[in-house]
Amino acid sequence: MHKIVSAIFLAENIKKIEIEAPRIAKKRKAGQFIMLRVDQTGERIPLTIADADPEKGTITIIVQGMGKSTKELNTKAAGDTISDIVGPLGAPSHIENFGTAVSIGGGVGTAIAYPTAVALKEAGNYVITINGARSKDLVILEKEMKAVSDEAYITTDDGSYGFHGFVTQKLQELIDSGTKIDFVLAIGPIPMMRAIAEVTRPYNIKTMVSLNPIMVDGTGMCGGCRVTVNNETKFACVDGPEFDAHQVDFKNLTDRNKLYLPEEKQSAEAFAHKCNLQ
Amino acid sequence: MCPQHITTKERFAIPRQGMPAQNPEVRNKNFKEVNLGYTPELAQKEALRCIQCKDPACIKGCPVNIKIDQFIKYIADGDFLGAARKIKEDNVLPAICGRVCPQEDQCEKACILTKKYTSVAIGNLERFAADYERETGNVELPAVKAQTGKKVAVIGSGPAGLSCANDLIQLGHSVTVFEALHELGGVLVYGIPEFRLPKEIVKQEIEGLKQLGVKFITNVLAGRSVTVDELLKEEDFDAVFIGVGAGLPWFMGIPGENLLGVYSANEFLTRVNLMKSYQFPNNDTPVFNCKGKSVAVFGGGNTAMDAVRTAKRLGAEHAYIVYRRSEAEMPARLEEVHHAREEGIEFLMLMNPLEFVGNEQQWLTGAKCLKMELGEPDESGRRRPVPIKDSEFILPIDMAVISIGNGSNPLIKQSTPDIEVSKRDTIVVDLNTMATSKENVYAGGDIVTGGATVILAMGAGRTAAKAIHEKLMGIETHE
Ligand SMILES: Cc1cc2nc3c(=O)[nH]c(=O)nc-3n(C[C@H](O)[C@H](O)[C@H](O)COP(=O)(O)OP(=O)(O)OC[C@H]3O[C@@H](n4cnc5c(N)ncnc54)[C@H](O)[C@@H]3O)c2cc1C
Ligand SMILES: Cc1cc2nc3c(=O)[nH]c(=O)nc-3n(C[C@H](O)[C@H](O)[C@H](O)COP(=O)(O)OP(=O)(O)OC[C@H]3O[C@@H](n4cnc5c(N)ncnc54)[C@H](O)[C@@H]3O)c2cc1C
Ligand code: SF4
Ligand code: SF4
Ligand code: FES
Repeated sequence: MHKIVSAIFLAENIKKIEIEAPRIAKKRKAGQFIMLRVDQTGERIPLTIADADPEKGTITIIVQGMGKSTKELNTKAAGDTISDIVGPLGAPSHIENFGTAVSIGGGVGTAIAYPTAVALKEAGNYVITINGARSKDLVILEKEMKAVSDEAYITTDDGSYGFHGFVTQKLQELIDSGTKIDFVLAIGPIPMMRAIAEVTRPYNIKTMVSLNPIMVDGTGMCGGCRVTVNNETKFACVDGPEFDAHQVDFKNLTDRNKLYLPEEKQSAEAFAHKCNLQ
Repeated sequence: MCPQHITTKERFAIPRQGMPAQNPEVRNKNFKEVNLGYTPELAQKEALRCIQCKDPACIKGCPVNIKIDQFIKYIADGDFLGAARKIKEDNVLPAICGRVCPQEDQCEKACILTKKYTSVAIGNLERFAADYERETGNVELPAVKAQTGKKVAVIGSGPAGLSCANDLIQLGHSVTVFEALHELGGVLVYGIPEFRLPKEIVKQEIEGLKQLGVKFITNVLAGRSVTVDELLKEEDFDAVFIGVGAGLPWFMGIPGENLLGVYSANEFLTRVNLMKSYQFPNNDTPVFNCKGKSVAVFGGGNTAMDAVRTAKRLGAEHAYIVYRRSEAEMPARLEEVHHAREEGIEFLMLMNPLEFVGNEQQWLTGAKCLKMELGEPDESGRRRPVPIKDSEFILPIDMAVISIGNGSNPLIKQSTPDIEVSKRDTIVVDLNTMATSKENVYAGGDIVTGGATVILAMGAGRTAAKAIHEKLMGIETHE
């Protein structure tokens, strides 16, 4: 049992949750995640460790309500408990002083990219962050990102805040203006990561993406999280979740993530119904 | 028949007592245990078949050398609790082994009666004695020796880890078991289905260990949450036993393996058993909806049988076993093959998949297979399957389950480079002690042997426990 220390909404449907997990807080590195099961009938879902406080023995996750499990998690408040958390899982981000590193986050991907942006900064990189959201009220971690960035940009699809357009356009603009970029980390929805890979490919800029296949155990036992990278099968929970964007088969990932659409819909509807009754 | 006055001839005249089972047409729609267990009458009758050999061959066939003749004698005499106690001198998980051991390759194969008649049903009797003890509430906790003050960490709660923990706690050591998943039991809970091994039995065995004082910590993935070195240096454990089981499932490396609807057996079984997705949506984890669909399982071992029978229970109209050799070569327990057939599983032997094919949306629609025939024997003495020319065809299926074995999980190796591993990444040990190349670190079970059996894993756990005890207490052993 893990106690929730605090839980606050950062934007509509996106919640920041701090949970007691001393062992994980001590060990985690940027880029790693946990598997969490809300209660005895819950599914095991992967969530990135956005931050940790080893002294306090807590970790922070930032959760976007997508379907049943994440929406249920986002109903939790300080004092509530989470049944199971295992971690830190996955290989830590590969961090070095690349020179100029651009961290790109789309939506809740901003939260996933945050710890790695911090680590890149600590390693001595000139860090540029580009964080995209659909509109102004969905922008998260603006203050935190600014604090770790040498240059920080925000883009909104509707132009209600920051740069009007997509993160890819902002990245292209930086490249076109002659900024020398040595490394790109892009985390967000699959179409976004795929588009970023196409922006950097012609310039041969080393680009990493954090993949989000469906996982079950997260420990390297089931093989469900397999992704195709450089025409080879890799297991995202032990070999990843970060992979070379230029070698990832995004189409296969997109397809495989549709495996349970009818069931996800059924679960989400049942959950919404239950909430309405309460 | 009075057990004292039965003649050998009369013993030979008793036929092997069949195991009562649920009706196949009923059980292939539920997850309740298939076998119902012997009644005391059946057990005694079966026990009378044992001729009480002077030098029992059966014992040599059992990897942990259970005193089979003696426990069977207790059953024949009606002292069922005596039988259970006798078994437990050598096997700490008899209710489990009686159910899942490949007896026909071990104790029962060696039984003297096998040659002329049919072997004594040793596994069924073992199961009976253990069930009787448990169901009548007579399980006694063994005595625990005085505390030694030594601390041992056990990584993994499968049969290897559980049996190691059991022996060490009785010897007076403090034992903590670290398990990666949220539930204890290893393959016994996430792999082997409820209909073959009720989870309640595993739970009770673990409950017993808790009462003896074993501490269990779930959700700790050694190599990530904590390393072996940290356990030894920072958490002050005097020794570590690694029983992490087999690792990532192998795939066949043929086109289409990442289509939607292609699973590894581990994933399919984990979703159903551990995450209880057969109770979706009451449990949140979904699994492929098999209802009315055609499902093919590729492989011929116990895991394949478990997967195909699970698919049938989830409502599959056609549930196939596709195997590249012939039925005689299938490594699965005979009883499972027999049960599977009764339940309506269709066996497609001598068939090799070449490719999975799918539709526009990337859903699996079929497996392109090649028919084989048996040729000359290979190095293992088994007749090698050779392809029949131009025999390719497409088997229409909606779901495929690949069950061709597992590799080793790389986490321990990556995080503890001074533990020697083989080319296949299994941990190298001294088989007499299960000691690894790293001081005070021992290993056993599937991580050492590759996918094997419950009883071998248990035996390894016990060997390691003995060696750990001797090492920690400075006891000299005579080589
Ligand atoms: C390594 C990794 C790190 C992640 N980090 C975060 C994070 O920090 N914050 C965050 O909000 N989300 C994160 N995700 C995504 C998050 O795990 C999914 O949104 C969540 O599992 C969806 O569950 P659901 O029941 O709410 O939605 P569902 O309705 O079940 O699914 C919505 C979509 O989520 C995906 N999904 C469903 N089940 C799983 C599963 N068991 N594992 C992975 N994906 C699944 C599918 O693409 C699906 O279409 C991460 C995913 C991975 C693989
Ligand atoms: C579907 C299936 C059916 C089978 N049927 C039979 C049968 O009928 N008869 C038979 O004799 N054998 C059978 N087997 C084989 C048998 O189950 C195994 O040989 C046996 O369970 C091995 O025991 P183990 O203790 O080595 O490992 P496991 O049972 O695999 O247990 C290992 C445990 O360690 C945990 N773990 C792994 N990595 C870590 C880590 N880094 N940190 C912490 N914990 C970790 C795992 O989660 C697991 O709980 C079957 C196997 C399968 C998969
Ligand atoms: S443990 Fe297995 S091999 Fe040994 S007697 Fe029992 S069933 Fe036979
Ligand atoms: S070999 Fe067979 S008959 Fe002889 S003691 Fe063993 S079980 Fe009994
Ligand atoms: S989630 Fe099971 S192997 Fe990665």
